[in-house]
Amino acid sequence: MSTEAAHHGSPTASEGEKAFDPKLLVFCCNWCSYAGADLAGVSRLQMPPYFRVIRVMCSARVDPEFVLRAFERGADGVLVAGCHPADCHYIGGNYRTRRRIALLKMLIQQFGFDPERLKLEWVSAGEGEKFQKTIVEFTNTVKELGPSPYRGGV
Amino acid sequence: MAATDKIGAVMVVGGGIAGMQSALDLADSGYKVYLVEKQPSIGGTMAQLDKTFPTNDCAMCIMAPKLVATGRHHNIDLITNAEIAIVDGEAGNFTVTVKQKSLRVDPKKCTGCGSCAQKCPIEALNEYDENTKIRKAIYVRYPQAVPLVYSIDQERCIGCGICAEECKAKAVEYDQKDKVLEVKVGSIILVPGFDEFNARLKTEYGYGVFQNVATSIEFERIMSATGPYMGTILRPSDGDIPEKIAFIQCVGSRDEHCGNEYCSSVCCMYAMKEAVIAKEHTSQVKPSIFFMDMRAFGKEFDEYYIRAEKDYGIRFVRSRVASISEDPKTKNLTLKYVADGEPKEEVFNMVVLSVGLRPPADAEHLSRVMKFRLNDDGFAQTEVFSPVDTSRSGIYVAGAFSAPKDIPMTVAEASGAAAKASTVVSSARGTLVTKKEYPAEKNVEGQEPRIGVFVCHCGVNIGSVVKVNEVMNYAKTLPNVVYSEENLYTCSQDAQERIKQKIEEHKLNRVVVASCTPRTHEPLFQNTIREAGLNPYLFEMANIRDQCSWIHMHEPKAATKKSKDLVRMAVAKSRLLEPLQNLTLKVNPAALVVGGGVAGMTAAIELAKQGFKVHLVEREKQLGGNALKLHYLPSGDDPTAFVKQLEKEIAADKNITVHLGAKIKSIDGYVGNFKTALEGGKEIEHGIVILTIGGQEYKPQGEYLYGKNKDVLTLLEFKDKLHKGEAKGNEYAFIQCVGSREEGHPNCSRVCCTGTMTAAIEIKKKDPNAKVYVLYRDIRTYGFREKYYKEAARLGVTFIRFEDDEKPKVEEKGGKLEVKVKDEDTGKEMHLKPDYLVLAAGTRAQPDAGELAPMCKVPQTKEGFFLEAHMKLRPVDFATEGIFLAGLAHGPKFVDESISQALGAVARAGTILSKTELEAEGIVARIDETLCDGCGICVPTCEYKALDVMADKKDPKKKIVEVNVGLCKGCGACVGSCPAGALTQMGYRDSQIYAMIDAMFEYEKPKQEVKQNEH
Repeated sequence: MSTEAAHHGSPTASEGEKAFDPKLLVFCCNWCSYAGADLAGVSRLQMPPYFRVIRVMCSARVDPEFVLRAFERGADGVLVAGCHPADCHYIGGNYRTRRRIALLKMLIQQFGFDPERLKLEWVSAGEGEKFQKTIVEFTNTVKELGPSPYRGGV
Repeated sequence: MAATDKIGAVMVVGGGIAGMQSALDLADSGYKVYLVEKQPSIGGTMAQLDKTFPTNDCAMCIMAPKLVATGRHHNIDLITNAEIAIVDGEAGNFTVTVKQKSLRVDPKKCTGCGSCAQKCPIEALNEYDENTKIRKAIYVRYPQAVPLVYSIDQERCIGCGICAEECKAKAVEYDQKDKVLEVKVGSIILVPGFDEFNARLKTEYGYGVFQNVATSIEFERIMSATGPYMGTILRPSDGDIPEKIAFIQCVGSRDEHCGNEYCSSVCCMYAMKEAVIAKEHTSQVKPSIFFMDMRAFGKEFDEYYIRAEKDYGIRFVRSRVASISEDPKTKNLTLKYVADGEPKEEVFNMVVLSVGLRPPADAEHLSRVMKFRLNDDGFAQTEVFSPVDTSRSGIYVAGAFSAPKDIPMTVAEASGAAAKASTVVSSARGTLVTKKEYPAEKNVEGQEPRIGVFVCHCGVNIGSVVKVNEVMNYAKTLPNVVYSEENLYTCSQDAQERIKQKIEEHKLNRVVVASCTPRTHEPLFQNTIREAGLNPYLFEMANIRDQCSWIHMHEPKAATKKSKDLVRMAVAKSRLLEPLQNLTLKVNPAALVVGGGVAGMTAAIELAKQGFKVHLVEREKQLGGNALKLHYLPSGDDPTAFVKQLEKEIAADKNITVHLGAKIKSIDGYVGNFKTALEGGKEIEHGIVILTIGGQEYKPQGEYLYGKNKDVLTLLEFKDKLHKGEAKGNEYAFIQCVGSREEGHPNCSRVCCTGTMTAAIEIKKKDPNAKVYVLYRDIRTYGFREKYYKEAARLGVTFIRFEDDEKPKVEEKGGKLEVKVKDEDTGKEMHLKPDYLVLAAGTRAQPDAGELAPMCKVPQTKEGFFLEAHMKLRPVDFATEGIFLAGLAHGPKFVDESISQALGAVARAGTILSKTELEAEGIVARIDETLCDGCGICVPTCEYKALDVMADKKDPKKKIVEVNVGLCKGCGACVGSCPAGALTQMGYRDSQIYAMIDAMFEYEKPKQEVKQNEH
């Protein structure tokens, strides 16, 4: 894959939608996805600049309340990235994450959020390209959904 | 000699990447180290490189932590600007006389501020920049130099005295004399590196005459952000962008006319890297690489080759360039070469000569004073089964001094030499070292946070995209930030001193560094603040390079905004950081070695010799692994006899317990305290693990009639037949790259070309009339192995090159094999009727790597080999502490390379096993007993069984949960499960993460921007 292929610079607006710069929060586990994100950097894989990463030791550390807090403060999307099933540095932490995110997706719907605004993805330390792809796709998804109904905080 | 006569110190000669690795491994294992370097500063060639293959990591970025660690290690004495004069004594007890040339500056007084050089009126060419830049007569070799001490170039200095007047520290000493030091050590490691081939000797290429012909190392400097053109690719004659650049391979390698018949092993890869990086730096550049064979033989190198061609559009021309001429007006260069059978001429704007590696200039001097042998090519002589031993006992060698090689192999060997050097003096371990003392920790409890923010340019890695100055000024506006500054490299030694100084000056009690990734650099900065009396957990990082400037290269505005956000988030967390105490863990000084091939046997023996208990587990009923299948080595050494000898040593060593026919059921525990269960019930307790599970030859079922015709064999199968005298025929054909360099297995198997030469030579020696054909894509007999290629050719072996889209076709007609192949070099269709068709089948990972990987929590590559912690600088480590790897389990390689890695793993393991206790992370779960009601919901969330419901000691009727901090790995999984909020993850408290989330959605302070961003 080309370093340029997956993304080109300026924000693009979807049909009829006012262009906006989404605010995306990404939780990365220290061992796999944070390393995968670093690898994307080392490989100079380009991607949209609207996401900010918070590093946690394990994706299982991502308390459901963290996700809710982010949406409450105006996040347009939250991505949780962890090790692949069976690859978790902490044995099975990511399985817990998977269950929590599934429940959370239901929960945020109750608050009026499209469940697509919350995403779980497995990115290994060797998958710089997958990190790039994930960010590009998630950015596009959220752009299509438009700004969060809670944009600007509650 | 009595054990007490041995000296617990080692001398390392050479301060490049190998020397630093050897020195750090030894100093971390209880030995005093004297590191002798001929330059005024350490760093060697790697310090001059811009990027490194195959990851394109910035060389200085990955090396700086090692430079700093070496420079500040309390058990490493740097003796720079020095050379070895006399060596007396014997293994265990050497006396080395070292001549240290005067720096004419007192290193104790010099602060490295550089005001002397600013005022010095004399200019000289800067050797570090390969003479592409100017330095002064008083200078440091490069900005991040360790030690950061200026020195006076005695040939240039006119003695005007300006620098002495300028120096506020009064460090300049014109009359400082040369010194002679006598140092007592038990063993010596030689890592003086290499010299580049002198390109002037190839007069047909006009180097030194034509301005736009540069060497590859000069081109590294041209590419570098700290080089003459700040990282833009420009040509020397006129400073224009050279659109067409030609790289010419094998300049001073594989060339009997210049006396160097060997292959220099690294040039194919570095040329590809230079071409790729040049294109990245300056997109107009169109590089072409002129080569004979593309030798991308290392781990994942072929994938790099594919990317270079497909993604970067690098042009590859298979041809040796005959001559270069220059247009005197335009300074453009015309290359004459033959391609596709036709003579061609082509004009280029610049030419880069991929110069080969030569033995260092002082090789003969070292050999003379140390009394060890050099080989015919002038490199240190080593043997296949003792790849880091010189011919003199107690003196070891690593890196390019024994043969041209790349950085990962150099680093593995450097650790390997450290293992051998420490074995000699292991009885004196710990006798000459001192314990690192940190200043008493400042009590910051109850203090208002005073945060210092250091923002890094990382050369141009960050600074060319992110407005670092703006980020630095923005940091100043954040609450509790009392100081902020920007640095060219925040990780350099001088920056560490600055950070400490600023902590004092501004009474900082928290530090934030905005630079690269905490995964590599956090320990360095934590150590720095600890040296200034701050608890290391009062440190936080913002990753504005790997996860910002490098991935938003074309969006400087957005990247600058993101950097500010990341700094704001880091500062928000920093405000709430609290000091944490590291726990200490006892270390069980025993090792588990998994896999009893040559690598595993070597590791077991060396560890046992150093006094550690070793459990060697082998799945087969006998030790020896793949080595027993080789029968021949090209050097003439006998691998079977070698295995027998290792078996004898193992049997005689009481420290080694061998478990044959054993399978591992589970590996539990953590660094220092592992517990392994074997199938059948045996349990082993140990402190470290070395994985040497080997690999296996691919069985190409169905390819080229393999499995259908009995005369189609793999290389190992054929060698076995040949060895037993069962292979009888008149015509033999070998097909290379079977199952390598193909879809699904894109990489080279490294050993097959040389293995094929060995077999072909053997056939020809037995029957000079036999016809032998080798069908190949590139012949990759790298290093000194080139001589076997030459010998095969001399004996009359015919080489036929095919392209990967025109593979040979094999048919069976009347029981006879027929091979059809198009010879790409002549265009002729060849018809062969071999009695044996030998398939050089690739090396595959062991299938049980997939079972061990999750048990050990270590990653694998796409192809199933184990993936080391860092491809370049941590070749035998895993990211998981206490687990190491060596040999084929890491990737295809030769026996000598497996042995080097196994020894390397021993040295790395020694840094743990030599300690009685280790410091463990302070990031663990804690429980607030007043909130916990003992419900136990958290207990099953812990994969490490670190949580238990217990009776409360204060109130036995009440139940509470206890955290066993020795077992807790600090993942934080339990925290989210607690309905009472009683669990906390230290370093990642809820409040700290909330602070980061909240900070992310605060808008930037400067008023105008707030308006722009509000909706």
